[in-house]
Amino acid sequence: MSITADEVRHIALLSRLELSDDEVELYTGHLAEVLKYVEKLKELDVDDVEPTSHAIPMFNVMREDEVMPSLPQEDALENAPDRADPYFRVPKTTE
Amino acid sequence: MEFEPVIGFETHVELAAKSKVFCDTRAEFGGEPNSYVCEVCLGLPGTLPVLNKTSMELSLKVALALNCDIPEVTEFDRKNYYYPDLPKNYQISQEYRPLGRNGAMTILMPGGREKTVGIHNIHLEEDAGKLVHDVYKGRGVSLVDLNRASTSLLEIVSQPDMRSPEEAEAFMETMRSLLRYLEVSDCKMQEGSLRFELNVSMRPKGQKEFGTKVEVKNVGSVRAVLRALDYEMRRQTEILEDGGRVIQETRLWDDERGETRSMRVKEGAKDYRYFPEPDLPPVHIDREYLETLRKDLPELRDAKRKRFVEEYGLPDYDAGVLAAEKAVADFFEECTRLHNAPKVYSNWIMVYILRELGGEDEKEIADLKITPEHLAQLAQILDSGKINQNIAKKVLNKSLQTGDLPEKIIQEKGLEMVSDSGEIEKFVDEVIVEQAGPVEEYKNGKDNTLNFLVGQVMRKSRGKAQPDTVQELLRKKIRGEQP
Repeated sequence: MSITADEVRHIALLSRLELSDDEVELYTGHLAEVLKYVEKLKELDVDDVEPTSHAIPMFNVMREDEVMPSLPQEDALENAPDRADPYFRVPKTTE
Repeated sequence: MEFEPVIGFETHVELAAKSKVFCDTRAEFGGEPNSYVCEVCLGLPGTLPVLNKTSMELSLKVALALNCDIPEVTEFDRKNYYYPDLPKNYQISQEYRPLGRNGAMTILMPGGREKTVGIHNIHLEEDAGKLVHDVYKGRGVSLVDLNRASTSLLEIVSQPDMRSPEEAEAFMETMRSLLRYLEVSDCKMQEGSLRFELNVSMRPKGQKEFGTKVEVKNVGSVRAVLRALDYEMRRQTEILEDGGRVIQETRLWDDERGETRSMRVKEGAKDYRYFPEPDLPPVHIDREYLETLRKDLPELRDAKRKRFVEEYGLPDYDAGVLAAEKAVADFFEECTRLHNAPKVYSNWIMVYILRELGGEDEKEIADLKITPEHLAQLAQILDSGKINQNIAKKVLNKSLQTGDLPEKIIQEKGLEMVSDSGEIEKFVDEVIVEQAGPVEEYKNGKDNTLNFLVGQVMRKSRGKAQPDTVQELLRKKIRGEQP
């Protein structure tokens, strides 16, 4: 299994990464190596093995439904790159 | 060629937990923008989610009520996408091991036909924040309010089992009723705590394969869903009749224009790259605990409707109206507990009280000034013969307006029936003199005239005489008998 430059561009877009053509070429090579290793792992028979979603055997960590004080509004907005109180302001999301 | 629609729904319901699903911030509608937020729901680095026990419990109640298979273990997954309404850049949801699958809900069609709609799965996730679109320095901007971000959202995915707008409507109504009975949400569509996302495709009648489906978002009421459905059915049928192909896409409903329009998504095909949420350990659903929940499920609408028919002798239709809302059904039963007159209450509630409540979402029965005590007292007075049906209706309307108890209204307005037969007799005598013509007609065998004469006496008594008594008196006096 290999990966094309277009697939790398697509993944970069999904991750909101801007890649130059040189970088696309570089990462296509890197990712191909990773996938080759995954191919190797696929040789193992894991039919009877439950997929691991968590490394630590921990279950049912829950909290009671109790309300604690919110963050002060000013603190919440403090680190925003752009704001229009009391909102965060971002580039328009719809066309 | 005749086409039929294939309809399914994604029902989104905001659960009635006090705090958010993965943090202890207040989960409430309204509030100053960005005042119900914390480090976790703002997606600040280094924070960890912890599952709200109540959110899970409410979700399981729904899964049980919808007859789902509930797994031993349920887990959360990340749904990855960039959109400013969720600052983590992923939504915690359930893709691989949802808390319920393969459920079913029975809907009742007009005429009494029952139909079962399959439930594909039920999963718990976090809701997104709200965006307001605005213009700033000549460029379009979006303003973000994260109060709703990470509140508990339950998504119920139906099978595409509905085949007509009527079935779609019955589905939405049954679902809303069920969720309200379970008391898992206030289900206020106007506030967005209950949202139906429609998916619909058309196919030639008789064809087995489904056509290409379209999802419709942004529909804010049952009525809007039905309008959007009607619009899509016509739009898709036109395309198919012209030999065209329907494009699989998500469309937005524009309520003002009454049309759906394509929602151009910049990212192209959906590519959410789901993977297990490493920050939330799996949840084992204990069977004993599940049984406790099952036993505590309330009697649901259909069961209540059937019981109302059997227990109170109500017509099926009336029982259905009363049972549609748990609060209304409870109100009705409280009335009958105080004074046994189920048919009278059923009539009053359907005619006067539900009218006061208006359509979907408006007022709750608990918001009214009238209580079961009012109705029970009124029914008791009516039964005692002190007032008649018409007066009772007037008193009921007065109670609805003022909140005064019927006894007080009747006393203050002097509405009690005239039991003094002398006074009624006086009215009867007067009418016989004043209405000599009609009296003559009655004597000549025109029986209907009697009703007119009764009405005249009733008017003189300002409605306080018993029509039966008046009729009897009139008849005897005109025939010259001694009353």
